Amino acid sequence: MSLQDDIKTRIIPDRLNSRLSGYLKSWESLLVAVAVAVFIINSLSSPYFLDAWNLSDATFNFTEKGLIALAMALVIISGEIDLSVAGIIALASTAMGYALQFDVGTVGLVAIGLSVGALCGLFNGVLVTVMGLPSIVATIGTMSLFRGLSFVVLGDKAFNGYPTSFAFFGQGYVFWVITFELVLFAAMAVLFGILLSKTNFGRTIYAIGNNPTAALFSGIRVDRVKMILFLLTGLMSGLAAVCLTSRLGSTRPSIATGWELEIITMVVLGGINILGGSGTIVGVVLAALVIGMVTFGFGLLNIPGIVMSIFIGLLLILVIALPIVYRRVRKG
Amino acid sequence: MSVMKKLFASAALAATMFGGVASAEDMRIALVVKALGIGFFEAAAKGAEEAAAELGGVEIIYTGPTDTTAEGQIEVINALIAQRVDAIAISANDLDALVPALQKAMDRGITVISWDSGVATAGRQMHLNPSSNSLIGNMIIKLAADHLPDGGDVAVLSASATATNQNIWIDEMNKVAGNYAGINVVATVYGDDLADKSYREAQGLMARFPDLKAIIAPTTVGIVAAAQAVTDAGKIGEINVTGLALPSEMAGHIDSGASMSFAIWNPIDLGYAATMIAYNLAKGNDVAESGKTISMGRMGEVLLDDDRSGAMSDPFVYDASNVHDFKDIF
Repeated sequence: MSLQDDIKTRIIPDRLNSRLSGYLKSWESLLVAVAVAVFIINSLSSPYFLDAWNLSDATFNFTEKGLIALAMALVIISGEIDLSVAGIIALASTAMGYALQFDVGTVGLVAIGLSVGALCGLFNGVLVTVMGLPSIVATIGTMSLFRGLSFVVLGDKAFNGYPTSFAFFGQGYVFWVITFELVLFAAMAVLFGILLSKTNFGRTIYAIGNNPTAALFSGIRVDRVKMILFLLTGLMSGLAAVCLTSRLGSTRPSIATGWELEIITMVVLGGINILGGSGTIVGVVLAALVIGMVTFGFGLLNIPGIVMSIFIGLLLILVIALPIVYRRVRKG
Repeated sequence: MSVMKKLFASAALAATMFGGVASAEDMRIALVVKALGIGFFEAAAKGAEEAAAELGGVEIIYTGPTDTTAEGQIEVINALIAQRVDAIAISANDLDALVPALQKAMDRGITVISWDSGVATAGRQMHLNPSSNSLIGNMIIKLAADHLPDGGDVAVLSASATATNQNIWIDEMNKVAGNYAGINVVATVYGDDLADKSYREAQGLMARFPDLKAIIAPTTVGIVAAAQAVTDAGKIGEINVTGLALPSEMAGHIDSGASMSFAIWNPIDLGYAATMIAYNLAKGNDVAESGKTISMGRMGEVLLDDDRSGAMSDPFVYDASNVHDFKDIF
């Protein structure tokens, strides 16, 4: 992308200054309002919603996807995208299942899941930064590559028989109804929130997303930052693979099919600009909560999943349309 | 904040559209399918409603994910557990991945059975197969014999030589072939479940055995190819093609006479039987233990084997009288 293109496509030079900060703040408060509304509507429409165990079960609807969404948010803010995350889950899960055949213990399995995830992320990073491929193309390729490898190993077979202690990650409770996955998601959300908004590294991500050329000329090592972001996304996908594999107690190559789009939906709904440059982790966490609660609420009323897809689709269009309408209104 | 108002309004609208469906039925049975919008499962839901009407006081919750994924079914199962349904009857997208979620359902007092596509033994109380290998083996030769009162040569066109299901069915068929007097099984050939290879193998059979009276194809690809080969050779009326097939693919060949009849499971019966079993287990009328039988209403009783799975019935026979009722279903 030449400098000329940048100037053309970036209508607003810096999305972070005061002009839009008001909007960003209100986006998150809007999400809070939606979350509260969904909570109230669910409580009124189903007698089963307000139940500690049921709400605990419902958190599984978003925790694993949310883990990846946190890292995906950073990638998208930097102006890139990673479509291979579900493929990474499949490959990491398959690697763990393969290791299981050699009696690798729980600690070893987790280490393998995380390292395969990180390696996949690194591979994406190399394709994008060293080879200079557009991330959307590179990760469409690796999406098929990673899942394809998983199919080569497994075919129509499955790995199962994971050790009992391994079940803790996806089925365990830290105390009462609070699941390990929920605690993990909360902890990771805090870490990513701090990383993005309180560190120099976080500021460079925004800078790159707003204007990579300017960022480069400001002395930011753009490629290195992007490499780290892809690595992080791979690592988080590996972590999600550990949780999901543990929850399913088995591995099949079709694991987590279609998750990449659900995760990106979560990120965009969270107010992360799909073109890069703006958004917060708080928004992503709220979006994960909203999607999880809406899914569960619809499930309680036995509303077909396709209605949920329509609902999320409409919300997404609203999210994309809002900033554009906002700008028009401001100008006019 | 007009946008927020709109969101509230649309959310409230959604709630009023779908809310307030709670009913006062005595028992709620969830029929969970691989994915919504598949004709086969819609037909099974019809059967489930039939059973519910017969039993009275039973509400059927027909549900499933949008795509045929295990993760989607787990979300559905969690929502059903939360609603404290009395029973879940599921056609599973994954043998193993649903086990933890279904175990949780059973821990919370919900009756869990699988039907059509099974769950590993730890994740369900019993599994209902549409049919059994021996019943299928018997049915495929019976279909040929029924239209050959004077006996004659028949040949088998199978899938690949290593296809597990087909080999078992053909073995079972050979075991009972002696019961059908005058029927000679002269050859078994393999079309590898490829349309063109199956077609050529069928042509080869007709060339090698001029007196061939029937071709038995226990594979949906093979039977269509064989019917086409018989049609193209102008041997309709001389050679009857039969076996296992889908009504949607065979309706034309039934009309032309290339096939007199064929068999496959009946999804309506399957949904009916699964609902009856779920009801009887949840009510405590029957128990799901190896060697015990469970009542299935008009479908009779199912006997559970060592894996607590059982076969519903003979495959259902489709011919000119009923194939058109089913061809739009599956």
